[in-house]
Amino acid sequence: MAQIFPRSANWASKASILTLLLVVASVLGVLLNINRIHFVNQVNVPLDQPVPFSHKHHVLGLGIDCRYCHVSVEKSAFAGIPPTETCMTCHSQIWTEAPILEPVRASYRDDTPIQWNRVHDLPDFVYFNHSIHVSKGIGCQTCHGQVDQMPLMWKANSLNMEWCIECHNDPAQFIRPRDQVFNMNYQPPADQESLGKRLVAEYEVETRQLTNCSICHR
Amino acid sequence: MMPDINSRKQLELADVRDRISSESGQAYWRSLDELAQTDEFAQLVQREFPEQADELKDPVTRRNFLKLMGASFALGGLSGCTIQPGEKIVPQVRAPEDIIPGKPLFYATAYPQHGVGTGILVESHMGRPTKIEGNPLHPASRGGTSGVVQASILDLYDPDRSQTVKNGGRISTWSSFLDNFMHQLGLQGVKEGAGLRILTQTVTSPTQGALLAEIGKKYPKAQWHQYEAVNRDNYHAGSSLAYGRHVNAVYDFSKADLVLSLDSDFANSGPASARYARDFAAKRRVRDGQKAMNRLYVAESSPTATGSLADHRLALGGKAIEALALHIAQALGVSSQGVGQVDSGAPAKWVSALISDLKSHRGRSIVTAGDAASPGVHALVHAINAALGNVGQTVHLSDPIEVQPALHMDSLQTLVSAMDAGQVDLLVILGGNPVYDAPIDLNFADALAKVDTRVHLSLSENETSDQCHWHVPESHYLEAWGDLRSHDGLASIVQPLIEPLYKTKSALDFLAVMADKAGTPGLELVRQYWESQALDANFATYWRRALHDGVLPGTEAVKRTPKVVGAIQLADDFGQMPEEDVVELQLRPDPMVGDGRHANNGWLQETPRPITKLTWDNAALVSPATALRLRLQNERLAELRLGDNTLRVPVWIVPGQADNVVTLHLGFGRQRGGRVAEGSGFNAYLLSTAQQPNGGLGLQINPSFDQYPLACTQEHHSMEGRSLVRESSLEHYKSHPHFVHEGWYAHDPPDDLTLYNRTDHQYDGYAWGMIIDLGSCMGCNACSIACQAENNIPVVGKSQVLNGREMAWIRIDRYYKGELDDPGIVHQPVPCMQCENAPCEVVCPVAATVHSAEGLNDMVYNRCVGTRYCANNCPYKVRRFNFLLYTDKESESLKLQRNPDVTVRSRGVMEKCTYCVQRINMARIEAKTSGKDIADGQIVTACEQACPTESIVFGNINDPQSRVSRYKASELNYGILTDLNTRPRTTYLAGLKNPNPEITES
Repeated sequence: MAQIFPRSANWASKASILTLLLVVASVLGVLLNINRIHFVNQVNVPLDQPVPFSHKHHVLGLGIDCRYCHVSVEKSAFAGIPPTETCMTCHSQIWTEAPILEPVRASYRDDTPIQWNRVHDLPDFVYFNHSIHVSKGIGCQTCHGQVDQMPLMWKANSLNMEWCIECHNDPAQFIRPRDQVFNMNYQPPADQESLGKRLVAEYEVETRQLTNCSICHR
Repeated sequence: MMPDINSRKQLELADVRDRISSESGQAYWRSLDELAQTDEFAQLVQREFPEQADELKDPVTRRNFLKLMGASFALGGLSGCTIQPGEKIVPQVRAPEDIIPGKPLFYATAYPQHGVGTGILVESHMGRPTKIEGNPLHPASRGGTSGVVQASILDLYDPDRSQTVKNGGRISTWSSFLDNFMHQLGLQGVKEGAGLRILTQTVTSPTQGALLAEIGKKYPKAQWHQYEAVNRDNYHAGSSLAYGRHVNAVYDFSKADLVLSLDSDFANSGPASARYARDFAAKRRVRDGQKAMNRLYVAESSPTATGSLADHRLALGGKAIEALALHIAQALGVSSQGVGQVDSGAPAKWVSALISDLKSHRGRSIVTAGDAASPGVHALVHAINAALGNVGQTVHLSDPIEVQPALHMDSLQTLVSAMDAGQVDLLVILGGNPVYDAPIDLNFADALAKVDTRVHLSLSENETSDQCHWHVPESHYLEAWGDLRSHDGLASIVQPLIEPLYKTKSALDFLAVMADKAGTPGLELVRQYWESQALDANFATYWRRALHDGVLPGTEAVKRTPKVVGAIQLADDFGQMPEEDVVELQLRPDPMVGDGRHANNGWLQETPRPITKLTWDNAALVSPATALRLRLQNERLAELRLGDNTLRVPVWIVPGQADNVVTLHLGFGRQRGGRVAEGSGFNAYLLSTAQQPNGGLGLQINPSFDQYPLACTQEHHSMEGRSLVRESSLEHYKSHPHFVHEGWYAHDPPDDLTLYNRTDHQYDGYAWGMIIDLGSCMGCNACSIACQAENNIPVVGKSQVLNGREMAWIRIDRYYKGELDDPGIVHQPVPCMQCENAPCEVVCPVAATVHSAEGLNDMVYNRCVGTRYCANNCPYKVRRFNFLLYTDKESESLKLQRNPDVTVRSRGVMEKCTYCVQRINMARIEAKTSGKDIADGQIVTACEQACPTESIVFGNINDPQSRVSRYKASELNYGILTDLNTRPRTTYLAGLKNPNPEITES
């Protein structure tokens, strides 16, 4: 009986083994890296909101400080989302008829809160605290990006653990003077490395502790 | 999935006794099975988890399990790849002052324990109360709490709470109820209230009292009755015998060097237990330079938490306790009538030593009797305290704290006969559950049926609601305004923490309706009452201060020094010992579920009882000797017959129980009252009669071979002996200060014995450590419940406890010591030891449990894949595995209770004590943002905070001035299983007892 496969078929079997390995490797590669893709993490994807609130207009245009609305950022884990009342301090006087502000007025009138869509959403087993970061010289901009350039809010960073650990391993790369924390236009100096080291020591940032699991997970 | 108890080898008590008496007997033992070395026990200790905890034996369930697992593996793979669903942020419309999102607030309020207030501070996260702490400014707390108080937060969020007004079992509304009720009240108004009866529980609330007085004026012929099954009738009757009037006694344990308790569990029951335990423990603590200890004598029928602290404990029946009280009274010159000489059967040496000890501690001793002791005992105790000159020194007498002190049983009987006679048209029952807990021979339900209109206010629909026309849901105490008096009369405002979750009404609201003040908010009623009392010229400031502090200064009961009547009249049979084999039944409130009011509280149901370590059930507790005589076996049903009433209950043999005394706890066997309450245990009220509400003599027991498994945790997580508990006497300690470290282990490894480079792990910042004082731990389990509340620990249910899957992060091991019939009892709380050389860490394949720079053994839930290697390698057996999805993720109301600072764990994840790392982190962040160091005492773990006896101390062991460092420097400090070189951060102070040398010298 003649052989079913000619000798020339050998290359096909070799190629298919190779292909299979490549496929497995690429599937693994995709699985391992899928969470690094910006789109998957919704990075740079503006989120729809009930009111198209523009940080660009309020921060860049009007020069309102972050802490005017995010009042608890220096005191608490949660930076705070302003109550409707805060919006109405101005908008009871200006843009009182603007249709896009109707949800705000309705909220104030009917005593029903505005339901904002959360942009920076950490998993429930992660306990992030704003106050300690702000007090140790981590600028808003470092994590949240150029908020003053954002007409609608989006995530500037993935918020993956890998990204957190990058700084927790070596905060000197990102630390800035305390008085520059809320400055959106802060430019790190050329010698960030030496400044960073100095500030880490001055602010008593215990880098050894920063990668302990219970710092963020509990 | 109940374990097959038919396969259990029966315990041979005779063998056990032999084993103890023989030389090879162990000094400490946890259970009878351990002593007998039954096959079951041998199997149990060889396993990482108790039998069946880690496997599925039932074939049917196993098949279903595999099917389900197949499906969930498939889904699990998929769900891992999904992006988490979007979340909303919902800010307030108008931000309230003071609330900083993400930071808890604390408010002072008071917990009503049988109508008497205990001051508490309640933690509130964004308006939802999550955790209860003791109020350091309140006299009944001084910062500590009991387990029952800790667990009361769960009642607020109980999914089985009633939510609407019901009329004849159908949903109705408050307004239609009001229409009907006002009409009925109008009819009563014409008759001056002749057909109106109000039934409440104990009332100490001054505002409620004022409203009741107004109602009394409006309906002069109406009657107010009070009834609670677990009441202080005997105490009140006793004080009437001794002083001819009602008096309230408050004990000052901080001045007492000698305490005699006659069947009184003063440290673990009653509204002032937390305070009493605190003061008592402070007087027997050999630390901080204190070298003296107080001495506690206890005579009790069934071992209690207090009894386990005793230096000398006698197990006596009720009659023998009467005789003992009389003997002591006579020796101290108290005159009494009715009975002459009696013999308690107590060892003569014991009694004479006690009497001479009492005589030498005049003015510095306390004699106290339990609520269930007979009136004569209470009267004698009053007289003894007076004779010893304790009154005014350690015992303070005052006017009663109740609005109107009443004998509850008499009050209920009057009501029942009025109902039977058809004199009652309208009965208003405010709280309570008399259909369930009234004595069986009163036929309360039948009498109730003769009332035209029956109205019941209660937290959840219970047996009584079913028999009433109208059921009105009651507000939880954290939802409504009110006020309460504490055990010494000091009033507190009950301040609500949250708007009522459902459309509920408080007792105050209800009384306001009856007093024609419908619509006046509770706040106004309380405020107006206290304003009218003119306690302070500037009421506004006084009120704000009172709300903040949780006490109303100047409201303490006025102290009195009445004179004891000439001779105390005792009943004819007082102290008359029963015949040899007459068995006594004692019905007592359960240490956790009380008289049944907490029966639907899963935390309390599942917390092991201090001594028996039973969960989810009550049982007839008998002594080993009585069990042998009556052929009773553990977990076999026996029929109890007292008079005409019978009840079949399982038997549980308790070393230390008085012979011929059967103790049965109340509060179980509920027919109605929620998913947790129903089906747990047996209704002991079926044996209570109006004449003998607390049981009596002449109990007949018929053993049977029918089996009933009891979920007892005493053998779970056993560490098999190994010198875990160490204790001695004060005398021995003084002569051998280093006894703790002498001869326990063949070797303790040197500190530097390690395969690793020691310099890799330097703890030069904070180094957290804990110390637990075995000398003052009474095993009350307050720490365990506090931990459950703080750390979102789920309840697993009876069948899972039987499988050894209970989740409590801190367990209390109870060891017996010595003889079978009269053992010493030692408690040892065991949380995670936070070993520096943690055996769990090296075996975790995914590094889900690792060390922190401060020496914490961190557990990372999101990394854990559930291999359980860590639990297998933990010598202390403190790791808990979430085998099934124990956390109730469906009930909306339960979500409100959870601590937002702690992860809610899911199935397949290992968990354990974290030293309350959320509190450590909070304190560290606060310290770092403010630039200060964490001060000693700034971080208080949940267990430490709750502990009524201050037995748990947490702190920085690198700070030589911290309390924990100072105590660790004590000679009494020792770690357990240190020969394994685990270097535990949690260590113990060896227990010390202060026995009377006259008794111990033989």
